[in-house]
Amino acid sequence: MTEKKIRVLIAKPGLDGHDRGAKVIARALRDDGMEVIYTGLRQTPDMISEAALQEDVDVIGLSILSGAHNALIPQILKKLKENGQENVLVFLGGIIPEDDIQGMLNAGIYKVYGPGTDTRQVCKDIREAVKVKQAE
Amino acid sequence: MSLSKSVREGSRIALSRVLSQVENSTPIGLHALDELFPFTGKAHKIGITGPPGSGKSTLVNALAKQLRQLEGEPRVAIIAVDPTSPFSGGAILGDRVRMLDLQGDPGIFIRSMASRGALGGLSSQTEAFSQVFDAAGYDFILIETVGAGQSEVEIVNLAHTTIVVDVPGLGDDIQSIKAGILEIADILVVNKADQPGADQSLRYLKSMIEMGYRPLASSAGKHKLAESLSKEEIPESDYPQNLWQPPVLKTIARESIGIEELVIEILKHQEFLKNTRRWQLKEAWTLREFVRKRIEGILVQEFFEQLPEGVLDDLMEKIITRKMSPTAAVDNLLTYNQITKKSHYSE
Repeated sequence: MTEKKIRVLIAKPGLDGHDRGAKVIARALRDDGMEVIYTGLRQTPDMISEAALQEDVDVIGLSILSGAHNALIPQILKKLKENGQENVLVFLGGIIPEDDIQGMLNAGIYKVYGPGTDTRQVCKDIREAVKVKQAE
Repeated sequence: MSLSKSVREGSRIALSRVLSQVENSTPIGLHALDELFPFTGKAHKIGITGPPGSGKSTLVNALAKQLRQLEGEPRVAIIAVDPTSPFSGGAILGDRVRMLDLQGDPGIFIRSMASRGALGGLSSQTEAFSQVFDAAGYDFILIETVGAGQSEVEIVNLAHTTIVVDVPGLGDDIQSIKAGILEIADILVVNKADQPGADQSLRYLKSMIEMGYRPLASSAGKHKLAESLSKEEIPESDYPQNLWQPPVLKTIARESIGIEELVIEILKHQEFLKNTRRWQLKEAWTLREFVRKRIEGILVQEFFEQLPEGVLDDLMEKIITRKMSPTAAVDNLLTYNQITKKSHYSE
């Protein structure tokens, strides 16, 4: 059988309308052979966890440029846990101040990417992380 | 507890996981399908197809909301298919972007699906998905195809009711009498009807419909039930009741205009199918296609697995250097398989 496709949900929680980065990442993951479910702007934590549940994704990529990550990320991770989705890897991209990154990682975010990240690196990280998860 | 039992008992997470297993044709997925199959056959499967950008996802969004308001609050599943890249094998599944209204309604379940190389506008596992939703107790299953051109007509093998979405300005009356996508419609919708040219599109489509009824066999092929139905003596006076003339409707899906009328036509079509035994006929045809496709898939896979290593590469080399024709090479390759051994050049 063919190798299982990696399914990724790309979502933008919160209120900022800058979805260029999310789209660039979605496109890069597509070109790397992944199936990307793109949900677009202004997603609430409920919407994100529900979409992740219905789509049975391996990975969630979140993009936040509004500075609301400290408020939104814990809520999203909590929702995922409540839904029994704690196995899903969550990546974060956007504008995350240096000082906040460790806090995000401690909360359960797998990795944080800032502007200028090489998309090939993101693809590689995702493939490796999913492989490790599946081996567990 | 088994996954399929959890699905039957309404676990959404079990449902989602079964769908993944089914999509990847894993042993777990195949077992679940076997266990769920006895509980299928109740849901009304509605196909929504049409060109890219015609508003299929937006229409599905509005339609699902309207269906939820029917008596008994029927549950609605949505299977949204988008194309897989022929180059990378990846896909962007973006139909959910138009369906944000539906989030938070526990009676709705949306699942995006990549076509994974299948042509015809669906994935090879779309019917299997609809069986899972059917067994899970969803009353309506809306299946949105990839943006269709003229010949992505696979949906007709699967849906009870096929809705073809058109938009103003896509062509003249010659386009509308060609074979293919318009021919498969049980209901035709001119979406974005607030745009110029809507009435003209409506006229073209209506005149196409009036030119002739669709022959029943087009969606039934050579099936016992189809033959018995077409042979049935239908008194002239009953004629209209025994034929379905596809209605042509105008909608503005973004504003939910015309959706109530669309639901009425869907329910009328459901009643028509049930009253004329075409419901069973369609089911029989769908399942037959399901069996045929599965055999096709397995045989092709087995064929390549049985092929000794290097044989294909050697023959390809001969073909590329023009020492052997592709058809001769195929004949040669087929000798490696028990079933296909005989020469295909003999009559």
